[in-house]
Amino acid sequence: MTLRAYRWELRKLLSQKRTFLGLGAVVVIPLIFVTALVLSPPEGERSQFFFRYVTETGWAVPLILLVFSSIWFFPLVTALVAGDIVAAEDQNRTLKTILTRSTTRTSVFAAKVLAAFTYALVALLLFGLTSTVAGGLASGFDELPTFTTVISPGRAAVLVAASFAVYAMPVLGIAAIGVLLSTISKNSAGAVVGTLMVSLTMQLTRIIPGLDGDGVQRLMLTRQLNAWQSLFRDPIDWSPIVHGAWVSVVYAAVALVIAWLHFVRRDVVA
Amino acid sequence: MSAAAVEALALRKEYGPRVAVDDVDLTVHRGDVYGYLGPNGAGKTTSLRMMLGLIHPTAGIVRLFGNDPVDDPIVALRGVAGFVEDPTFYPYLSGRTNLELLSGLDGGVDRARIDEVLDIVELAPRAGDRVRGYSHGMRQRLGIAAALVRRPQLLLLDEPTTGLDPGGMRDMRELVRALAGEGITVLLSSHLMVEVEALCNRLAVIQRGQIRFEGGLEELLGRSDGQYRLDTTDQGRALELCRAAAGLRDVSQENGDIRFAAERSAAAALTVDLGRAGVGIHALVPEGATLEELFFELTEEAAE
Repeated sequence: MTLRAYRWELRKLLSQKRTFLGLGAVVVIPLIFVTALVLSPPEGERSQFFFRYVTETGWAVPLILLVFSSIWFFPLVTALVAGDIVAAEDQNRTLKTILTRSTTRTSVFAAKVLAAFTYALVALLLFGLTSTVAGGLASGFDELPTFTTVISPGRAAVLVAASFAVYAMPVLGIAAIGVLLSTISKNSAGAVVGTLMVSLTMQLTRIIPGLDGDGVQRLMLTRQLNAWQSLFRDPIDWSPIVHGAWVSVVYAAVALVIAWLHFVRRDVVA
Repeated sequence: MSAAAVEALALRKEYGPRVAVDDVDLTVHRGDVYGYLGPNGAGKTTSLRMMLGLIHPTAGIVRLFGNDPVDDPIVALRGVAGFVEDPTFYPYLSGRTNLELLSGLDGGVDRARIDEVLDIVELAPRAGDRVRGYSHGMRQRLGIAAALVRRPQLLLLDEPTTGLDPGGMRDMRELVRALAGEGITVLLSSHLMVEVEALCNRLAVIQRGQIRFEGGLEELLGRSDGQYRLDTTDQGRALELCRAAAGLRDVSQENGDIRFAAERSAAAALTVDLGRAGVGIHALVPEGATLEELFFELTEEAAE
């Protein structure tokens, strides 16, 4: 039953402009980045992780884009659909239409969560593929030097893929927060902006005295967007990744349980 | 004995201090075309929402064919379809895709059935257009189509003719009549007395969340003394007989016609008296007590 509803959620996503706005952005942004790189290569020392390597090897391109996109770009792309997916039913007043069919509220909700997750993962995959291919075409698929070692092209490919997989965990956490705000606010624009604000606020706690301690920061969902960087330590440091996984799961679970309870109990009056 | 199509017992919905539905009892039997009549804001839509499991009753129960739509919507809504307020669809999808989506949620897309119901509601030529561009009447018809896709035994329709032009209203009523003729039980809410009178065999009148009357249409019409107009071959003699007859009240004569109030049985007895007395009847016409008058009586009495 959930599977049927899920298939229809995907079909609805494919019929909406906002879906392609997000997916278009994750393709266009890497292309702009690489085009700029080719037209005016960075010169001299740059402090940013991997930045000085983007002209040496294409493998550095997806990684540096992951760093940049963590601040607001990927949370926004994720929120664009996750924040809309329940609220859109309220705004089109279609909840009553689907809830009077042979399906339960739980199935409808589960299908929406799965669809929002699917979209976020597809966006991330497209983002990774576009940036890797564009980076490779511009700078070649050469060895990737790090602070301590040089990574062979084959291993770099594996590590880049793994980085995106690790990055996906907190992204799904953000998607769950988007679904929560979408469910409770019943307002699509509000939920999209709200999700972005939550993400930015979590990052801003870094500069707030009292919240800037490592103990608190380690619990911020957005901090886990950097967990993949420990894949490039030699040897690989798995502890930030394991920590990132459970922090992401806790955020997602709490958000989804609250959203689900709200969704199954609410009166549909619109 | 199988369960009634719809049964509400002491059904109640409060929104804060406001009581939208106030201990409503009603029973829709299988095969009924049941009118749920009341002015706007009387609680009709709120009742229907509870029947469809969209909102939770504050108290009381509602059963569809014996099942609770709030506890177990899948079982209770099996064989049940309809809409509240107005049917809504995804504006960015075509009418046909919307129907495919809904029948997909029901368990499987039956394209032949979708074609069939699009024909029934006469939307087939526009089925490929996005719902965004549909007129109100087309959306109402798509709403009926969306309900029929489920092959329902019970249709819950909330003011299906509201907002339609006269031609659209006529078509919608004919459609409801045709569906009822196929054996589908229909519960139809309306604020239009003529509509309920034309379509329904049983009805409930609701005002301010409370049921003022529930029963058969005939029963309601017979409840109040009807007004009659009488024209005969000998009005003088007829007037005497009317004044003498049992069960006739307010006998008067104006512009030649005799007028009186009586129950149907008393009016029938009068015709026998007139015949025995050799008075020929040109016309004996029931005039008052249309459902409309009764409706105002029931609802205005309550408003006092």
